[in-house]
Amino acid sequence: MTTPVPVEVLLVEDNPGDVRLTREALRDGKVRNNLHAVPDGVEAMAFLRQTGPYTDVPRPDVILLDLNLPKKNGREVLEEIKGDAALQDIPVVVLTTSQAEQDILESYRLRANAYVTKPVGLQQFLTVVQSIEHFWFEIVKLVPR
Amino acid sequence: MSKRTESAPIEVLLIEDDRADADLTMRALSRAKLHNHVHHVTDGHAALAFVRREGTYATAPVPDLILLDLNLPGRDGLEVLEEIKRDERLRTIPLIVISASDSPENVRRSYQLHANAFVPKPLDPEKFLEAVGSIEQFWLQVVKLP
Repeated sequence: MTTPVPVEVLLVEDNPGDVRLTREALRDGKVRNNLHAVPDGVEAMAFLRQTGPYTDVPRPDVILLDLNLPKKNGREVLEEIKGDAALQDIPVVVLTTSQAEQDILESYRLRANAYVTKPVGLQQFLTVVQSIEHFWFEIVKLVPR
Repeated sequence: MSKRTESAPIEVLLIEDDRADADLTMRALSRAKLHNHVHHVTDGHAALAFVRREGTYATAPVPDLILLDLNLPGRDGLEVLEEIKRDERLRTIPLIVISASDSPENVRRSYQLHANAFVPKPLDPEKFLEAVGSIEQFWLQVVKLP
């Protein structure tokens, strides 16, 4: 489904290489989107609450969240988002290298909308981001603005 | 919840009262790369009995994925969603709403009640098959289920 307005994506990721790859994969997607990247959990919450340098940023339609983050980790960010009535309806896709069963279960318990592991290979990484793009931007109906 | 072994089939609970839509969904899932079992119930009461393993569902498997229509007889889909997602033992199971009732209110409410995703049900059967195929591709092949 194509939308005239771009999908606003917040990527919470501290690894610049992964940010670059995600940006590249999303740029090639069918659906127009704006990727906003922040490097840690504190910045993520400031972005979502539109505080500090983020007073003019849009409300994201989808959040891609790494778990291992500096300052405030992904679990805390997830818990804060899903415990906040103003933010809880934004889908959060956890995107992490961790395959630990405990991280998977804990993320779903904290209301992650989906848990996706980052593959090691470059091409596989792009494919995974494109799968996220296809499902969340083209198939799913996101919360209307 | 027990960990699924790689070789075990993925157990899908389909909650859908429309016969034609249920058939289409099952047909799309039967083409899936990954081995899966679809358990089909047609109303909200049966859905909750299934996930709680009550009555005739005492030996039912714990679903790995739930596909939920919103317009159901008995108990409304949003009620079923709410019950599942507030149950400590069930809330980690990914639940996808598939519904033609994709009003902004229903979409927002579904996400607020912690649906994992809201997929609008296309009227055209071919498009419907594609949508279920995309769900299968993402949730059975890309996502890590609990």
